[in-house]
Amino acid sequence: MSKKKNKKKKNKETKGQLGKKRESAREKMIGQTIGYRYDVNLLPDYSRITPFLKKYIEAMGWDDLNWLEDVHMGYEEDRPAVFDRNANGWVTIPKKIKLPNNQQDRDMIARELLVKFQMSPNHPLVDLKKAYRKF
Amino acid sequence: MANIKTVEKKTKAQSMGLHTEVLKGKTQQKFFNPDEAENFYYWGTYDVDFNKRTDLDVMNMDCKEANKKIDELMSQGYGTIVIKNPQGKHSLGVGILNKLNLIFEGSLGYFGIGSIDGPTVRVNGRVGWSCAENMMAGKVVIEKNAGSCFGAALRGGDLICKGSVGARTGIDQKGGTIVVGGDAGAFTGFMMQRGRIIILGDVGINLGDSMYDGTIYVGGKIGSFGSDAVESPMTKSDIDWLNRKLNVAEIGDNFDVSKMTKVVAGKKLWNYDALEPTEKKGAI
Repeated sequence: MSKKKNKKKKNKETKGQLGKKRESAREKMIGQTIGYRYDVNLLPDYSRITPFLKKYIEAMGWDDLNWLEDVHMGYEEDRPAVFDRNANGWVTIPKKIKLPNNQQDRDMIARELLVKFQMSPNHPLVDLKKAYRKF
Repeated sequence: MANIKTVEKKTKAQSMGLHTEVLKGKTQQKFFNPDEAENFYYWGTYDVDFNKRTDLDVMNMDCKEANKKIDELMSQGYGTIVIKNPQGKHSLGVGILNKLNLIFEGSLGYFGIGSIDGPTVRVNGRVGWSCAENMMAGKVVIEKNAGSCFGAALRGGDLICKGSVGARTGIDQKGGTIVVGGDAGAFTGFMMQRGRIIILGDVGINLGDSMYDGTIYVGGKIGSFGSDAVESPMTKSDIDWLNRKLNVAEIGDNFDVSKMTKVVAGKKLWNYDALEPTEKKGAI
């Protein structure tokens, strides 16, 4: 009996690691997340870099991930998301993208999606530039 | 348009009469297809070629003229621009949001190459206060020394000084990497929130004072630790990344990174509970 109980507990913990951590009492009360739910200081593992990111680095003339080293997969309203500093908001990951369990791989996907979003003609900054650009 | 709804359950701030309504729902929703055509550049930036090179003598220009001229040259497709006679002028090379190879043959004054997003910059001299402040992305290499507030509010990219730097290096840093080949002054990493600082030499007093997050690596002696800055053990991932970054920074050949001191935030100053919910959204 006691073994079964332990197994159930373990399952719950694994679910939590995928970003569905249980909210603290304080978080429940205010309805917002306190602090980060991922390691902002995690250094990138370059062995997991994607072909798209390799091409991006080469096109920009850099030697490494440069500013993308600070990009990580986070969570917004319990959905995987990446923070876009240019739009000052979270960009949620499309549901059809199956995310790996490894945070390093998830970060690489977040970086790739963020570059694609920022360079897209549908990015909010494009409208702002059209309206307010001075030169 | 966002819907404005009155909140039924009152927070402490609302019961005090500070505000009575909050914005509900999405204020802006944008959709894009992650499979759309590959594009590596921002909308509206110039298509430049690194092999197309030109010189620009700024001796008789003020900073505004010089910066406008750089923009003009980029619009003509020049990907490598060599600036002659910068003569310590202030605010040169600021606001470049383009892929570019920019070389300064001389020294810069205050606020040089600030708010850049993308270019690779080399300064064959010294730089004054607040070099590359608010830099978003790219790579900046300073061949000699730098003044105070080097990389202030840095948000991304690699900022490298092969010489020594002044006080408050990386003040309010929010991302990116600062690499210093020599020594750094007092209050290095003051109020830093994210990102990484690497100092190969000695560092002054109050290192990492009031830092919220981020990492500082020091190769030499530390004057003193600032409030809430604590030592942390080096990991294999730190060592691998440091070796890689020093190689990118073109300094520290044969430097034993495993002997560096790693400094992080103790997070004892974190006090989110003292903030009201509406303020909290901006703070985290």
